[in-house]
Amino acid sequence: MKKIFAILGILALAAAGFVAFKMFQPLPDDLDLATTRATAAGHFMVSISPEDAAYQRNTIHTWIVEIATPDGALVEDAEILIDGGMPQHGHGLPTNPLMTEFLGEGRYKIEGVRFNMRGWWELKLTITAGEISDSITFNLVMK
Amino acid sequence: MKKALALGVVIGLAVSGAIAGYFYLQNKGLNEAELEIARTLSLASLRPLPADLSNAVADDPAAIALGEALFSEGGLSANGEISCATCHIEDRQFQDDLALSNGIGTTDRRAMPLRGAGYALWLFWDGRKDSLWSQALGPMESSVEHGFTRSQVAAYIAEHYRRPYEALFGALPALENTPAASPLGSAAQQAAWAAMSAEQQDQINRVFANTGKAIAAFERTLLPLENRFDRYVAALLAGQVPSGSAALTQQEIDGFKIFAGKGACVNCHNGPRFTDEFFHNTGIASPQTPVVDFGRLDAVAQVEADEFNCLGRYSDAAPARCGTLRFMSRDEHLFERAYKSPSLRGVADRPPYMHAGQLATLALVVEHYNRAMPSISGHTELEPLGLTTAEKAALLAFLKTL
Repeated sequence: MKKIFAILGILALAAAGFVAFKMFQPLPDDLDLATTRATAAGHFMVSISPEDAAYQRNTIHTWIVEIATPDGALVEDAEILIDGGMPQHGHGLPTNPLMTEFLGEGRYKIEGVRFNMRGWWELKLTITAGEISDSITFNLVMK
Repeated sequence: MKKALALGVVIGLAVSGAIAGYFYLQNKGLNEAELEIARTLSLASLRPLPADLSNAVADDPAAIALGEALFSEGGLSANGEISCATCHIEDRQFQDDLALSNGIGTTDRRAMPLRGAGYALWLFWDGRKDSLWSQALGPMESSVEHGFTRSQVAAYIAEHYRRPYEALFGALPALENTPAASPLGSAAQQAAWAAMSAEQQDQINRVFANTGKAIAAFERTLLPLENRFDRYVAALLAGQVPSGSAALTQQEIDGFKIFAGKGACVNCHNGPRFTDEFFHNTGIASPQTPVVDFGRLDAVAQVEADEFNCLGRYSDAAPARCGTLRFMSRDEHLFERAYKSPSLRGVADRPPYMHAGQLATLALVVEHYNRAMPSISGHTELEPLGLTTAEKAALLAFLKTL
C-alpha cells in the first residue's frame, strides 16, 4: 500500500514537472527568423515584410509578399493561400487573411493578418503559379 | 528493466520539476522576460484610442454629450425605466454585479464592464457586433433588455432630442404616428415593419444607427483606470524601487509570475486591457440544459448578416477599412461555446464571473482553469495547470492588484 502511495506521489510530482516544463517552454534556439527564404521544394524565393513596420499585436494589418523564381525572375499571376498559428499553443490564426491584390513586380498584398498572443507564430504561404505549387513557413516572434 | 527505466524517467521528471520550482521560489523580483511581459500589460503600453471609421461622430464632443444623456435615458425602453445605465452602472465599473441582468426581463448573459470598450475589435461575449455603435443598438431591441423597437427609438429622439440630434446628423424625417416596428420584434412589430416602405425603413434605421453612434461616442470616453499593478510596473521601468501605492507584496509578485508563466493566463489575457480580443472555449458549464448557447459559433453568421455592421449602408467606413469583419475567422471547431476573453482590469471587484456569471468567486475561476474540465460541447482549449494551494493564493492576490 505504501508503495502505491509512493508511486502515486512520484507520478503527481512528475505531472507537475511536465506541466511546468511545457508552460515555460522557451522559443526554440534554432528558430529561423529570416524573412527571405526558399519554398520547401525550392521553386520560389519569397520575401515577406509588414506594410507598416510598427504593426502591433492585436491589430489587423497587411503584409507584402514578393515572389521570384530561384534565378531571380519575378513571379506574376500567383495565387497565395495563407495559414499559420502558434506551434507551441496548438492553435491557428485568429483571422482569415487573404491575398487581395497583385501590386506588380512580383509583389502581392496580404490583408487581414492579426496575431493575438505573445510568442512564436508561423505564417504559412502556399503559392501556386501556373502548374507549380510550393509552400513556405515563416517564423515570427510577437512581443 | 523496462520498469526501472520508466521509474527513472518519472523520477527524472519529478526532480526537474522540483528544480524548476526551487529556482522559481528563489527568484523574488521580476527577471528581464517577466518585466517585459509586465510592461506589455501595464497602462504604459496602452496605445491611443483607435479611430472608429464606421462612426463619423465617434470623437465629436457634441455626440459625446448627446450619447452621455442617451446612455441614462429610460425613455428608450418599453416601460420608460430601462437605460444602458441600468446594467452598466458607473460606480460599479459600468456593470451590475449580477450573473444575469434585469431589464424588461432577464438576460441570458452577464453584463460586461465598459471601460476600454472603445478598443475592442468585437463586442458582446460572442462578438456578434463589430462596432461599439452597432452593439449599442442590440439591447434596445432585445425583448428582455429595453424591450423597445427602432421606430420607437427614432420617434423618441425626434420628440425629446431633436435639436442636438439635428445639429449632429441633419434633419430628422417625419416620424409622427409611427407604429412600434422592427424586423426583430414581436409578430405585430415585424408586421408593422413589413408594412412600411423601404424608404421609411431606411429613414428609421438611420436615426436608430445615429442614436447608437452618439452612445458609442460617449462610451469611447470610458478609458481604463490606473491600478496598483500599473504603478508597480511604472516604477520598475523608471528604475525605481516600487514603494508606497506602487509597491506589491511578495505574494502578489509571485502571483504575477504565475499569471505570466505556469498559469499561462497571459496567453489570452494579454496587452494593457488584459484581453487578446478573441474567443475561447474554456470548458465553462452551461447555465442551460440542454445547451442552447453556442457562443461565437452562432455569432459569425449573425455579425455577417447584420445590416448595422461595418460593411452595411449605415456604416461610415469605406469597405476597405472593415478588416475585422472582412477577414474574420470562421473556425467552427474552435468557436463552439467560445467566448471573448474579458479584460481583467478591476476583475476582483466584480463577481460573479464568466459569460453567464456561472462562478461566484474569483477563487472558483482560478480553480476552473487549474482543473481544466472537458467542455460540455465543443473543445476546451485548457489543460490542467497543477497549481499548488500557495500558487493559487498568489495568483488571486495578483488579480486583486488589477
